[in-house]
Amino acid sequence: MRHIISILLENEAGALSRVSGLFSARGYNIESLTVAPTEDESLSRMTIVTSGSGDVIEQITKQLNKLVEVVKVVDLFEAPHIERELMLIKVRAAAKDRDDMKRMSDIFRGRIIDVSEDTYTIELTGTGQKLDAFIEALGRSAILETARTGACGISRGQRVLRI
Amino acid sequence: MELTGAEILIKCLQAEKVEYVFGYPGGAVLFIYDELFKQTKVKHVLVRHEQGATHAADGYSRSSRKVGVALVTSGPGVTNAVTGIATAYMDSIPMVIISGQVPTHAIGLDAFQECDAVGITRPCVKHNFLVKDVKDLALTIKKAFYLASTGRPGPVLVDIPKDVTTDKCKFEYPETISMRSYNPVVKGHSGQIKKAAQLLIEARRPMIYAGGGVILSDASAQLTKLVKTLGFPCTNTLMGLGGFPATDKHFVGMLGMHGTYEANMAMQNCDVLVAIGARFDDRVIGDPAHFGQVPRKIVHIDIDPSSISKRVKVDVPIVGHVPDVLDDLIKLIDASKLRPDPKALGAWWEQIMLWKTKDCLRYDRKSKIIKPQYVLEKLYEITKGDAIITSDVGQHQMWAAQFYKFDKPRRWINSGGLGTMGFGLPAAMGAQLANPGASVVCVTGEASFQMCIQELSTCKQYRLPIKVVNLNNRYMGMVRQWQQFFHGNRYSESYMDALPDFVKLAESYGHVGIRIDKPADVEPALKAAFKRTDELVFMDFITDQTENVYPMVGGGKGLTEMILAEEL
Repeated sequence: MRHIISILLENEAGALSRVSGLFSARGYNIESLTVAPTEDESLSRMTIVTSGSGDVIEQITKQLNKLVEVVKVVDLFEAPHIERELMLIKVRAAAKDRDDMKRMSDIFRGRIIDVSEDTYTIELTGTGQKLDAFIEALGRSAILETARTGACGISRGQRVLRI
Repeated sequence: MELTGAEILIKCLQAEKVEYVFGYPGGAVLFIYDELFKQTKVKHVLVRHEQGATHAADGYSRSSRKVGVALVTSGPGVTNAVTGIATAYMDSIPMVIISGQVPTHAIGLDAFQECDAVGITRPCVKHNFLVKDVKDLALTIKKAFYLASTGRPGPVLVDIPKDVTTDKCKFEYPETISMRSYNPVVKGHSGQIKKAAQLLIEARRPMIYAGGGVILSDASAQLTKLVKTLGFPCTNTLMGLGGFPATDKHFVGMLGMHGTYEANMAMQNCDVLVAIGARFDDRVIGDPAHFGQVPRKIVHIDIDPSSISKRVKVDVPIVGHVPDVLDDLIKLIDASKLRPDPKALGAWWEQIMLWKTKDCLRYDRKSKIIKPQYVLEKLYEITKGDAIITSDVGQHQMWAAQFYKFDKPRRWINSGGLGTMGFGLPAAMGAQLANPGASVVCVTGEASFQMCIQELSTCKQYRLPIKVVNLNNRYMGMVRQWQQFFHGNRYSESYMDALPDFVKLAESYGHVGIRIDKPADVEPALKAAFKRTDELVFMDFITDQTENVYPMVGGGKGLTEMILAEEL
């Protein structure tokens, strides 16, 4: 099953490679991984989308907690949560396709952030599924380039991940 | 006053009361060696290969409960040390490894003797550091010793670029340390301990299974008390030998791939199992699915949560420092008036005694060729069970584990997790330095021994009177055994031709060498060797080439699917 694991870790050189190394050494899946500093610059927050049985996810969280630079680990799937991913997508938008493309972007609540004679660059956020659906709706031939951030997530309500 | 990085490092080691550093100099660590030269508190032991330095620091730690320290140069110094670091990591041995690095401005430019030490060692250390600024050095060393020795122990590497050893700053060694991201749980959960006590009291076919965690956390006294209070059978893993006295009537022998018949049968057929500082690894329980076929309740006590429910699901996990958890558990049991049903326990012991009649460790005592088991039995008798035994890896290791009855912890030193051939001799050096008056014996085979044979020279330099028991069967015995059992007697590359004359070799290093090829000479040779209390004696026992280690659970098989001697 798919899980989103959020990690607070020391914002230090090498911390990322310890986490990614752990996943490859123990044969865990990484669907996506994002990391950036938090409001407290000494801490980074990492979001890993992974999949595995309950036992595997339990081992993943235990192994992550064992890393010396990891401060806290939560599996967002334990409670209601929100998940978002950002995609920048460059599409063909030559004369005859231009209006269609604009409409499609509007339907998915995307924003056109760069325009050239034959292209649009659209910014779109949402769950991974929504971004997939947009790609599907456009069709492969219309797409010139995509850049996706990978998912990040946060718990709903009062639950917070902080030290 | 400002000190250089090299001065600071030595002051840190002194502050940590480091007695010995096992190392090998080189370009990147010259300033550190220069500072070592100027003082006498921290003694340096010059090995002949960096693998030897890490194994020696490891043996020093295992036999003394102190943190072992190794010092190596950059590049090949580090890569040579990796085997020893990985060995310590697999067996959770507290060590600090200091490695030199090229100057900070040269890092990443493929400089001479540069390697990414932090990257290379990352998967086989508890933690590692690259010190880029001399101002961080003292705190980093403090952290390294703290991390190595607390929680589940392990090796920590500190990589120090050459310019950091010459840069200067004010020195202050922190008295204490706390890290927000590192807080090992020590105290066991009281509710869980209550549940465990309840299960123990209700048990009808109980079993206590204790591993290396008991040795590392110095919990032998508590374990012994628990077993004796309840009258339960107890087994030790290869790493746990000595954690419970082997000559006690409650001890059913080692379990696992080469465990005793009774230990493996009891492990499989018990209804309540208490695992203490052990991790249900493949060499211990074999196939987990087979192990799971018998319903039983499992209590698992360990300092490392990730060791719990990793290969085998447990019912009562208790995370904590083993001696503290056992103290709490014993208190609860003492306070309770309830005891396990004596009838059920009696019947269980009867069953175990019946299994014991298989006499699974028997061997041909009338053989005209030396049987390796016989050598170890005699070694046990002559040393009165009181020696520190290190071993290499293979058949000799298993025979030593089976035939030398360890009554005390930290007397059995072997590479259980990684299975590193070449471990025995350098580990014995560390153990001998940590225990100057003790009888230290390296039980080895001619194949393993040659992997770190160069350390015979170190033994001479430091006058280490180690006794080497070489069980020489001219084969990589364990490889040959697997080939006999599972590969149709095709002994592919497991025969060693062109072996050296070990007697002459020992002599050329300035030691005493003896060759023994008759069973009648085994005892006199051992006696003679142990009389030479100030010399290393290399005993080359020419043993039966065809002898196998029994019982044996084949790789991936169930724990009770044992090959016994008579079945072949």
